[in-house]
Amino acid sequence: MIPTPRTLGIAPGRLPAEEIAANFADLAPPLTPHEALVAADRCYFCHDAPCVAACPTAIDIPLFVRQIATGTPEAAAHTILSQNILGGMCARVCPTETLCEEACVREAAEGRPVEIARLQRHATDVAMARPGHPFRRAAPTGRAVAVVGAGPAGLACAHRLALLGHAVTLHDARPKGGGLNEFGIAAYKAPGGFAQAELDWLLGIGGIEVRYGAALGGDLTLRDLRARFDAVFLGIGLGGVNALAAKGTHRDGVRPAVDFIAELRQSDDLARLPVGRRVVVVGGGMTAIDAAVQSKLLGAEEVTILYRRSRGKMSASGYEQDLAAGHGVRILCGVVPVKVKGNGAVREVECAYVEEGPKGLRETGETFTLKADQLLTAIGQTLGPDVPGKLELEGGKIRVTGPGQTSVKGVWAGGDCASGGDDLTVTAVAEGRDAAIDIHRALMG
Amino acid sequence: MADLSTDFVGIKSPNPFWLASAPPTDKEYNVRRAFEAGWGGVVWKTLGLDPHIVNVNGPRYGAVWGADRRLLGLNNIELITDRPLDVNLREIKQVKRDWRNRALVVSLMVPCDEESWKAILPLVEETEADGIELNFGCPHGMSERGMGSAVGQVPEYIEMVSRWCKANTRMPVIVKLTPNITDIRYPARAARAGGADAVSLINTVSSITSVDLDTFSPEPSIDGKGSHGGYCGPAVKPIALNMVAEIARDPETAGFPISGIGGITTWRDAAEFIALGAGSVQVCAAAMTYGFRVVEEMISGLSQWMDDKGHAGLDAIRGRAVPNVTDWQYLNLNYVAKARIDQDLCIHCGRCYAACEDTSHQAIAMKPGRVFEVKDDECVACNLCVNVCPVEGCISMEAMTPGTVDPRTGRVVEREYANWTTHPNNPAAPPRAAE
Repeated sequence: MIPTPRTLGIAPGRLPAEEIAANFADLAPPLTPHEALVAADRCYFCHDAPCVAACPTAIDIPLFVRQIATGTPEAAAHTILSQNILGGMCARVCPTETLCEEACVREAAEGRPVEIARLQRHATDVAMARPGHPFRRAAPTGRAVAVVGAGPAGLACAHRLALLGHAVTLHDARPKGGGLNEFGIAAYKAPGGFAQAELDWLLGIGGIEVRYGAALGGDLTLRDLRARFDAVFLGIGLGGVNALAAKGTHRDGVRPAVDFIAELRQSDDLARLPVGRRVVVVGGGMTAIDAAVQSKLLGAEEVTILYRRSRGKMSASGYEQDLAAGHGVRILCGVVPVKVKGNGAVREVECAYVEEGPKGLRETGETFTLKADQLLTAIGQTLGPDVPGKLELEGGKIRVTGPGQTSVKGVWAGGDCASGGDDLTVTAVAEGRDAAIDIHRALMG
Repeated sequence: MADLSTDFVGIKSPNPFWLASAPPTDKEYNVRRAFEAGWGGVVWKTLGLDPHIVNVNGPRYGAVWGADRRLLGLNNIELITDRPLDVNLREIKQVKRDWRNRALVVSLMVPCDEESWKAILPLVEETEADGIELNFGCPHGMSERGMGSAVGQVPEYIEMVSRWCKANTRMPVIVKLTPNITDIRYPARAARAGGADAVSLINTVSSITSVDLDTFSPEPSIDGKGSHGGYCGPAVKPIALNMVAEIARDPETAGFPISGIGGITTWRDAAEFIALGAGSVQVCAAAMTYGFRVVEEMISGLSQWMDDKGHAGLDAIRGRAVPNVTDWQYLNLNYVAKARIDQDLCIHCGRCYAACEDTSHQAIAMKPGRVFEVKDDECVACNLCVNVCPVEGCISMEAMTPGTVDPRTGRVVEREYANWTTHPNNPAAPPRAAE
């Protein structure tokens, strides 16, 4: 029997393959050249522009938009990429509605900001379609730096170090690079293998040797890296997940949302990717939204997000919440799962209403039960088990001061694994870039 | 509702909006549709003697754009009508017969000899057109043949041809002036001296709109070469307004009827020309950009404004701004204003700050939270902040009350008018009495 959204349990192919393919097409399609010119014309070229201040990588947005408006998208891309070498990915995944576009004065004036993200994508697409690499390495410095983690922080760090003339060895535990760009973000935000294409393009700077399948804690030790390299940068992300404090989470069909998303991202045939008829996602961040929306796009009949606090406290932006709602995802706030019921596999999730009191959240005593075939947890990630013990932690992350300096001399860290900052791609890029500049300063005196 | 009916040198039209002599008025089809759309009149595209001229077979127009590719300036190298004279005359007669209540003026351009004018005038008169407009304005092509602006640049020729025309036709004669001269008053005076009934202005401004950076050819490019064209559209409006005002306030031509032309795009532009003395207004680029229907907005806008202000007819507004056009030397130097930023309207773009700080008087402070405030002790009221602000009405100029102290100069703002002619720094000012 051909599966449908109503097929019981967890099943693949709930929708026709073409429909699934269409569902996972580009969420925000590229601007045509005409659209780009119209959009660029709206920029006021503000003084000390608030959009730049709102960008974690401080891209000179008014300048690049003006460069697009005057018919030089390649120059615009150079402006973007000089500050943010992953400007192409950030154009796709940045929550610009809470960053540059929220700060845009036209948002204040008309409630309709300049479409900075799409303009940035336009410029970077043009630049990346050209042969070669737009930056040229400085003369070799003779210094070697190890970068661990080929996610946004590691890539930004590696590129800047290579640009400055250092020899970089880039390690990653997985069989391919990209980090969350490749394994984490929602598929419809960067379709068409963009993460790998951008990675390959980035490596075009030269001077970066790549070693995949090299995990810290396995063959790779911090002691060894410190001995062999002049400096080490850790951009290892968050390898662990928080466990759900509910009974019965051992049942089949319960898994971390990040695992579900990673499997989805690596699937070469989404029509063969199984998803539950009724999916419950626990959490209030981007991961929860991404997991819920993609479940729906795969053909789940009912998808419900459970979030323990009020809607305004979700770390997913209003835009993301609306995106989920627009895809038919139900968001229940002030609710926690207390028990996962079923015979082997998940059948039901017992939920409790909670409210905020002086001592934190407490259950009101009122409960209800949701039917469910799959429960995805997205309640936060943690450093993995293999973080070298010598590194001091802060709030469960590697403690850093200034531009990524850890408690261990010669070791820098950035991105999600490091303390401070939002867990955003663009923040990771900024931290990796700034750590590279600091490493350069430390090595070159 | 306000009465927009117009009587310009005896030529009557239901509203003051005429289509200028240009491509939109080249033939019967266009003119009929223009009248159906509501235009009060047209000036038929310039007729010449047979054999009719030819046009280039490549691009005739170049352009300058603003944001969102809004057409701000249009330049053309099209010549006068390239259709046989008798075809045009036949069509003019047909149209006039069917549209008695609309103004139909015929633009003319023939060689600068009396025989040529004597030849064409009776032919036009026979069409029962309401008047003629002498094209002494086109700066391109025809001027190389001693016509168009080549005539308009020589006041003596203007006077001479005007006189020929007045001697050889009963039709009202309007002389269309070129702006490609140093002082517009001389050609206007010449037209009046020659007996013409009115002037119309401006014709187009000599221009090259752009250069193709691949081929290094000026635009519009004809097989890799370009020739200067005539520039029109919103970009030329300020030039035209000034020239209209110069004629309106020149004692030698005061009261001489003027048909205002140059970048009129909205009812507001038209009202401004009328306020500076124009008896009718002529439109071209706006129609070429948006089509004939723009006249509906012009009619409704002018009517609404006149109703709101209690102006019953165009006579109530015509020339009202002329007495307020003066020479710089008579401007009141005791008038002191300061910029005021409406913080509720401010969108915090900082353009006022950048403009003032980088290029003017460092009179705007940028405070925490992107709050922009005027420093009265530095502000000279130059108006640049008003002009660069993207929000209309956010920054304004506020006059200081006489008797208060200008923090910039430390001097009390005087109540009395005083201008440069008596200013102590003026070497030509009469000496002041010893104190």
